[in-house]
Amino acid sequence: MSSVASTPAAGEIAGLSPRRRKLINALNIGGLIATVITVLGAIFWAFPLYWAVVTTLKVENDIVQPGIQLWPQRFTLDAYTHVLFNTKIGTWYINSLVTAVSVTVLVVMISALAGYAISQLRFPGRRILWWIILASFMIPIPALIVNHFVLISQFKLFNTWLGVILPQLVYGPVTVIIYKQFFDSVPKELREAATIDNANEFQMFFRLYLPMNWGITTALAIITFIGAWNQFLWPFLAVTDEQMMNVTVGITQVTDAFGVKYARDLGSAILAGLPVAIVYLIFQRRVTEAIMLSAGIKG
Amino acid sequence: MSAADIASDVPSKARKRRFNTREVLAALVFVLPFVLVYAVLFIYPTIQMILLSFQKAPLIGAGTWVGFDNYAKLFKDKLFGVAFWNTVYFVALTAVPSTLLALAIAIGINRLKGWVQSLILACFFIPYILPVSVVFRVWGWMFDSQFGILQPLIALVAGGNVPVFRTLPLFMPTVAFITIWWTIGFNILLFIAGLRNISPEIYEAASIDGTSKWRQFARITWPLIWPVTVLVLTIQLIAQFKIFDQVYLFGNGGRSDATMGLVQLIYRSAFQKNNGGYGATVAVVLFLVIVVFSVLQFQLLRARGGDNK
Repeated sequence: MSSVASTPAAGEIAGLSPRRRKLINALNIGGLIATVITVLGAIFWAFPLYWAVVTTLKVENDIVQPGIQLWPQRFTLDAYTHVLFNTKIGTWYINSLVTAVSVTVLVVMISALAGYAISQLRFPGRRILWWIILASFMIPIPALIVNHFVLISQFKLFNTWLGVILPQLVYGPVTVIIYKQFFDSVPKELREAATIDNANEFQMFFRLYLPMNWGITTALAIITFIGAWNQFLWPFLAVTDEQMMNVTVGITQVTDAFGVKYARDLGSAILAGLPVAIVYLIFQRRVTEAIMLSAGIKG
Repeated sequence: MSAADIASDVPSKARKRRFNTREVLAALVFVLPFVLVYAVLFIYPTIQMILLSFQKAPLIGAGTWVGFDNYAKLFKDKLFGVAFWNTVYFVALTAVPSTLLALAIAIGINRLKGWVQSLILACFFIPYILPVSVVFRVWGWMFDSQFGILQPLIALVAGGNVPVFRTLPLFMPTVAFITIWWTIGFNILLFIAGLRNISPEIYEAASIDGTSKWRQFARITWPLIWPVTVLVLTIQLIAQFKIFDQVYLFGNGGRSDATMGLVQLIYRSAFQKNNGGYGATVAVVLFLVIVVFSVLQFQLLRARGGDNK
């Protein structure tokens, strides 16, 4: 593809001699090889997911047959109906949904407020607060598991939604930093105009700064949701009661008493990943934007 | 995460200005929820962790002060040595390879155009947004010792099926490979953003001069993408040092000591052996390692004037 497209353009650059043009064509063969390798790499990357999905659509007996069936010979949804009706996955889904949505709402709300104050208001301790937020990147959150556990035990939050939710609020500082940067770039004239209209800080935040940054709020909310849904270590520690488990923990910790059933195990995993996969496919642009922002790159 | 370029954002003259009471009150209300959450869930547990590391204490309940006993124990504890070197080994197997591979893939993707580019990028990126449990099941099935689709390939080399996750020398490299598969999308994304920031005119000028593709890469792409490379590499170093989920799941619920990493040792000491003091000590070690890498990242990024926006 690239060799066809770029040959005329290359020829136009400056009446190139035929030898030069041949050289460029040779280089484009190199480019073609690079493209082929990239495409093969992408197929290799996507294959495990494809293979997992196809396996869940097969009859269990066909799965353990020798030979590779890239498409189900006998198509069935048995694995999914079994997982949905015979395991606690429904309850786990609700637990995941409640905790992930709560983490998202709380993190975004708290961070937007703090980001606004740091960006727009003068108050004592502002610089110190900003430095503490930046320094928080040095604290590895998995190192805090012991003391987070002590904390939620003291508040009797073990095996509760709140116990899963609260320690995940430590993922807030990045969000504050991103909000601050976005609030910084709201034109000062708008603020001055609103001040003349006698708007107080709360009106300023809710009517001006937040609505002007809905895009980034959506992006941050989506990525926080994906992160919270995918959490493993903390929900795994904070809950031992099967009724209170998140779906990511439940499907790996509670196993069938009747031995390995490949389609069912994979089916439950696919169901666990489905919400984030759907969210990603719908909001692709926002997800990539938020990821680049949280790494410190403006996309 | 690149603190370097945003650290200086708050102007210092703000300190000298008189404060407006109404503004300060409003600010207090705005920052209060964050400060509260931060103090209770970040600063307090960090201080408690450090204090706990000097105590002999159960997970829940009062402990007794033992000074540096726990730290002395680290050097005698074989398991700590295993956990530390396993973690270093895992970081070595993932951080640099996934950074370089991501750069190569990003260059490949960057050559493509339109929907083909989006599709190829999505193939590499989708694993990154999935929960670890999905990764665990998907690759558990790929490598399944009886029916795994990769076993015929393994049999070609080994002469028979190999239970990869129960074969110690293969465990870490395999989990590292799966981790790269899982997380490389993040690196690719950052590299593509970096590559797009390199002006195409530079390449046009170079191709008129007849510079070879390899020299273009060595003289233009590599130096200009270097700040992104540093960013990706240090993010990976920091992230992979915190390894737990995959190793724990593939290591059969962490029942094998031989595959233990540092976070898993925290978990083992505090939660399974009810030795909160020692768990906190291992946590402090992890904390110190991450602090060193964070400072390194900060310095490297600042030395190059932040990332190349």
